[in-house]
Amino acid sequence: MSSQQEQLPKDAAAAEGKVNVQINGKWYRFPKGTRIADACNSVGIHVPCFCYHPKLSVAGSCRMCLVEQGMPPRLAPGATPTYNDDGYQTIQWMPRAVVACANTVAENMGIRTDGTVCREARRAVLEFLLTNHPLDCPICDQAGECKLQEYTADYGQPSHRFTEAKIKKGKNISIGPRVNLDQERCVLCRRCVRFMKEIVGEEILGVVGRGGHNAIACFPGKTLDSNYSMNVVDICPVGAMTSKDFRFKMRVWFLKSTPTIDTNCGTGTNIFIWSREQQIYRITPRQNDAVNSCWMPDNHRLNYKYINSEKRILTPLVKTDVGAPQRPGAWEPTLRAVSEQLRRCNPKQTAIIVSARLTNEELYLAGNLAQLLGISQLDIVPRSGEPDGMLICADRNPNTTGAKLILDKDGRTLDDIRLGIKNGKIRHLIVIGEDVTAEAAIPESHLSKLDYLLVIDHSETATTRAADVVLPGVTFAEKYGTMVNITGRLQRLNKAIEPLGASRADWDILRSLLQGSGGDMSLLTARAQSPMEILDEIAAQFPAFKGVSWAAVGNSGIPITETGETIPLIEREQTKQ
Amino acid sequence: MAYIPVKRPKFSILDRIYVVELVRGLGITLKHLVLSLLGKSRSKKDFNGAGIGACMPFPEQRWDDHLPSYYRGAPALVRGEDGRERCVSCQLCEFICPARAIRVVPGSVAPGSSCSKQEKAPAEFEIDMLRCIYCGMCQEVCPEQAIFLSQQYLITPTDRKQAVRNKEQLYRLGGIRKGLIHKWNQFK
Repeated sequence: MSSQQEQLPKDAAAAEGKVNVQINGKWYRFPKGTRIADACNSVGIHVPCFCYHPKLSVAGSCRMCLVEQGMPPRLAPGATPTYNDDGYQTIQWMPRAVVACANTVAENMGIRTDGTVCREARRAVLEFLLTNHPLDCPICDQAGECKLQEYTADYGQPSHRFTEAKIKKGKNISIGPRVNLDQERCVLCRRCVRFMKEIVGEEILGVVGRGGHNAIACFPGKTLDSNYSMNVVDICPVGAMTSKDFRFKMRVWFLKSTPTIDTNCGTGTNIFIWSREQQIYRITPRQNDAVNSCWMPDNHRLNYKYINSEKRILTPLVKTDVGAPQRPGAWEPTLRAVSEQLRRCNPKQTAIIVSARLTNEELYLAGNLAQLLGISQLDIVPRSGEPDGMLICADRNPNTTGAKLILDKDGRTLDDIRLGIKNGKIRHLIVIGEDVTAEAAIPESHLSKLDYLLVIDHSETATTRAADVVLPGVTFAEKYGTMVNITGRLQRLNKAIEPLGASRADWDILRSLLQGSGGDMSLLTARAQSPMEILDEIAAQFPAFKGVSWAAVGNSGIPITETGETIPLIEREQTKQ
Repeated sequence: MAYIPVKRPKFSILDRIYVVELVRGLGITLKHLVLSLLGKSRSKKDFNGAGIGACMPFPEQRWDDHLPSYYRGAPALVRGEDGRERCVSCQLCEFICPARAIRVVPGSVAPGSSCSKQEKAPAEFEIDMLRCIYCGMCQEVCPEQAIFLSQQYLITPTDRKQAVRNKEQLYRLGGIRKGLIHKWNQFK
C-alpha cells in the first residue's frame, strides 16, 4: 500500500471530475458519466455496435457491444477498502458480460473487451442475427461498408448451424421518395426509428410484427419523405435502408472519399464526396459537431449531378465578332486576348460581379484584379431562401462571410451595377461564377447591350450564352480553397476530382488574368502556385485570418470571426447534452 | 510454409557421361525425320495432319478438337438453365482483375420479370481481350458462378475497339450452364 501522504488515483481523478477505469489491463481516466462504448472507442479500443449511435438515445437492443465488466468488492459494514501498490482496489469480475452502450463508467471499474466471454457472446449474437439474414451481399449496396459483414469477419463463425427455412420479409420496398427498405437485411437496431423521432421530430418509422417477424415499417398512411430521410441510409449499419439515388450505381470499394464541405448554403455542412475516375457517385455527411453533427439535408446531398452533366463548359469559348457564334478556343491565346481587352476597358465603365460561391482565395484574387484595373464597382450576388430550422440556413451562398471579410461586400451595391448596365453607364462586365440573369435579375437583353462581357463559370447558363468570352471554371468538387460559413468558421474545400476537360480552377484563371493584365510579378499573388499559398497571403493581410494556414484549418475548420449566427440543429444538440 | 524434402535421383556413371543421352536424343530427332519423310509422324495421328513434322500446322489445322479438357481460354458469361442471367453485377471480377480488363456497369432487373428477386443484373459488361491475361481470377472470385473461362483461344481483333467484348457477345460465348442455383428463387 502506498503511503497515506500521497494522493490516491481515485482522489486525483475525482478532483478533475473524472474516474479511473481499467480497460484491457491499462488504466485510463474518463469524465464521469461517459458511456463504456465511448470510453473504449476514445482510447482506440473498438467496441462493435449496431444499435448504439452517439447522437441518438441508447436502445441497448443489439447486444453486440457486450463487454466483461468488474467492480471493486462490496465492503462489509465497517471495513475499509484496501489498495494495491498502484493505489487501486482489486477488481471482481462479473460472471456475465454487460452492454457497453447503456452502462457508464465508474471509479475503479474494470473492462475487458477481448476475453473469451466477449468473443463468445459476440459470436452468438452474430449467429442469431444471421439466422434470417438473406446473405444477398452481391446485390446489396451496403456491401463493403456493412457492419454485419465486418463483424462477421471479425467475430463470426464460418459455418451456419441454422437449417430451418428462413423467414421471408419484404424486400426492395419503397418507403419514401429517396429511400428503399429491405426488411430481410435489417438487424432491428432501430437507429432509423430513433433518428426520425429524435432528430427530425416526425414519428414515421416503427417496428411491427412479433418475434422473428419483427420488421421496420412506416406507420399507416405515412411515407419517409422528410428532407433528412437519407440520413437513415447513412446510419443504417446494414443494407436495410438504401438510397434510391445510389442504388446499384457503384460498389463502395471502388469509390474514393474526399473530405470537403457542402456549398449549397451558408452552413457549410461537412461532407465526403465519393468519386471514381472523374465521376462523382454520391455525397455523404461527415461528422463535425460544430457544424452539422452527423447529418445533412437530402436536397443538398443530391445536388451533385451538375458536376458531371452535359451542361459543363469544357473549353474556353470566344465570340470572334459582334453577333458571331461562340467558338471553342485555346487557353493561352484566349487569356492573352482577354488581358489585352481588360487593359483597354475604361475602369469607370467596368463592373465585376463575383459569386459568394467562390472560395476566399478566389475572392481575394478578384479583389486584386479589380484593384489592378482600377475598377471600383464590384459586388457579390446575395442569395437567400427559407431556413428549415435544422441545417439549411437562409443564406444560400456558402461564403457570404468570406466575401464580407475579404472584399467588404455584401450585395448592397448590386442595384447600382444593375442600374448602370440598364442605362448604359457600364459598358464592360466581368462575371465570375454567377448566372446574373437569375438571382441578380439582370435581363439578357441588358447583357446583350454590353460592349464586353467576360464570364468565368463551369456550366452553360443564359449569362455564358450572352458572353463574349467564357473561361471554363470548375465546380466546388474540383478545386482547393477555403470558405467561411455563417457562424464564422473557416473551412476547407478539397479537390475530389481533377478539373474536367480543359477547364481550370477559378483561382488559376484569375491568377493568369492578374499576370496578363500587368500584375506585379514580384507579388506572391501573381506567383502563387496553389490556393494554400494565397491563403498565407490572406492571413498576412486580414486581421480575421491572422495566423491561419491551410494545415491549421484542417478538415474540421477553425472559428475565425463572430457573426452572431447559429445553426439550430447544433444548438438543440448542445442543449440536450 | 511447410518444407517438403525432394529426393533427387542418384546418377550412375553412364548418366554422368551425358554423351549417351545426347546420342539417344539425336536418335529421336532422326526418328521423327524418317517418320515425317514417310508421312507417318505424330501430327498425322494426333492432329489429323498431313503427317509432316511433329507439330500442328496452324492455322490450316486448328486446336478445336484437340484441346485438353482443362484448357482455359477467353472468359465468358453464362446463363442458368432457366435462362436467368447469372451475373448480378457485384463487380468483384472487376475488382480482382489484375489486368483491369473487366468493366461492369450495374443495372436493375425489371420488377415484373421472373427473376425479380435477383434485383440486380449488369446493364453492360465489357472485357477488353487485349488486356485479359487469362488468369481465371474472375471465375475464382465470382460468388454467383456466372463467369467462366471458355475454351476459346483464337482471338484476333483487327482494332482495339473490336477487342472489347460486350455483354451480348460474352453471353453468346458462354451459353447455358447446367445446374440450377436456387439462391434467387423467389419461393425460397
